[in-house]
Amino acid sequence: MPSQTTDPIIKFDRVNKSFGDLEVLKGLSFEIGAGERVTLIGPSGSGKTTILRLLMTLELVTPVKHPDENGGVIWVEGAPYSHMEKGGKLHVASERYLRQRRQKVGMVFQQFNLFPNMKVLRNVTEAQVHTLKRSKEEAESKARDLLDLVGLSDKVDNYPNQLSGGQQQRVAIARALAMDPDILLLDEVTSALDPELVADVLGVLRDIADTTNITMLIVTHEMGFAKDVSNRVMMFDQGVIVEEDTPDRIFSDPQEVRTQDFLRAVLSE
Amino acid sequence: MSGWSNERAAEIFPMVLDGFWVVLQVTLVASVIAVVLGLLVAIVEQSAPPAVRRPVSWFMQFIRNTPLLVQVLFVWYAVSLYINPEWSAFAVGSAVLGLHYASYTSESFRAGIEAIPKGQWEAATALSLPAHRTWFAVILPQMMRRSTAAVANWLIAMFKEVPTLFAIGVIEMIAQVQTYTGLNYTGDVEGYTIAGLLFLAASYPVAVAMRRLEIRLAKSNY
Repeated sequence: MPSQTTDPIIKFDRVNKSFGDLEVLKGLSFEIGAGERVTLIGPSGSGKTTILRLLMTLELVTPVKHPDENGGVIWVEGAPYSHMEKGGKLHVASERYLRQRRQKVGMVFQQFNLFPNMKVLRNVTEAQVHTLKRSKEEAESKARDLLDLVGLSDKVDNYPNQLSGGQQQRVAIARALAMDPDILLLDEVTSALDPELVADVLGVLRDIADTTNITMLIVTHEMGFAKDVSNRVMMFDQGVIVEEDTPDRIFSDPQEVRTQDFLRAVLSE
Repeated sequence: MSGWSNERAAEIFPMVLDGFWVVLQVTLVASVIAVVLGLLVAIVEQSAPPAVRRPVSWFMQFIRNTPLLVQVLFVWYAVSLYINPEWSAFAVGSAVLGLHYASYTSESFRAGIEAIPKGQWEAATALSLPAHRTWFAVILPQMMRRSTAAVANWLIAMFKEVPTLFAIGVIEMIAQVQTYTGLNYTGDVEGYTIAGLLFLAASYPVAVAMRRLEIRLAKSNY
């Protein structure tokens, strides 16, 4: 386990999340240090994607009474994130508070979710200009640098549907990076891709992992990639952490039966 | 009752044409209302809190389920004359017609919005785009492609219903024909034939153009 001398950048404190009667997360707690790369593995329905969606505020935590004592709160960069402080007490965050806090968090989606009505360049500049209020020139120069980084500098004037899935996903990565996130969430980013396109996308992400100190949370079935980029792997099942360790140890010598079963199933695919 | 006469037709044509210009003006004003209001209603139904959304939906439902003619007569005789008797039949009629069709266009806009994948909203959230950018830069452009053909069809249907406003004294084509026949005791055949042909001449090219636009939009880049 990597030592955490600094404050955690992400802290889940007894977080609950239910969808109707279905309890996906039940009092989940964990911490992630700044600059860590953590891969979440586990069978589908184990809550991995829900964790990312909570951090992106696409889902909201299920509120707990008296959060000051009972938790149910997500903390980011030392401040409450799912909640906000008012009069010395924690209250469920308002939409306005969330809008301001989530700017430091970026996400890349399984289905890319590029804006199909905008050319590639504008996909990457739109939020820089309208969310971060950068000048058009600054945003374009940053977008061109990032598109160059992901190997798509010749595609700036294309529309997303003129690109392959792998190219679209690389644009989506550039779009997320353009916001200078402190935390990047990668939600099964290669699952929708044809096998021959996976390597390019993973290559780009490896580069980013090597050259930046962005904290990354990764949900993936690509165990080789998880092993390469992450310094911690958390195995989930039914909304709880079954086991967590360095990728070397968890992949070569998993301790828990559920981890062993899961890895055997995934690696035999 | 008598057959077709070219002389009467020549006499009545300029009058019917005057009525036709009025029809076009009403169509233009009512279209702007139907599109702007319909869009506004669709956005409210998508994003406003239930306390606002529900009454709006209910009111639109009410409009869709009562006849245009009744609405026109009701607003003219029971509402506008009491609020301000100076308002013209043209203004009141155009407003009611536009409102009536806004209840239909809003449904087409709503369907176009709902057809946009949820991931588009989520990407906008992930990028912290302000609400107005999410609507105007992401959602509405994608909605236009999906809703344009349906909305255009509503506007063509609306154009053909302008003669309803005859009931409150808008001097459109029927009113012009009746003025002529009232004075001359003849001219119905020529008058209504010309009125019908003018409608056809105007709506057919628009329908063809819309069909072309629909095909072009289907082939567009998104």
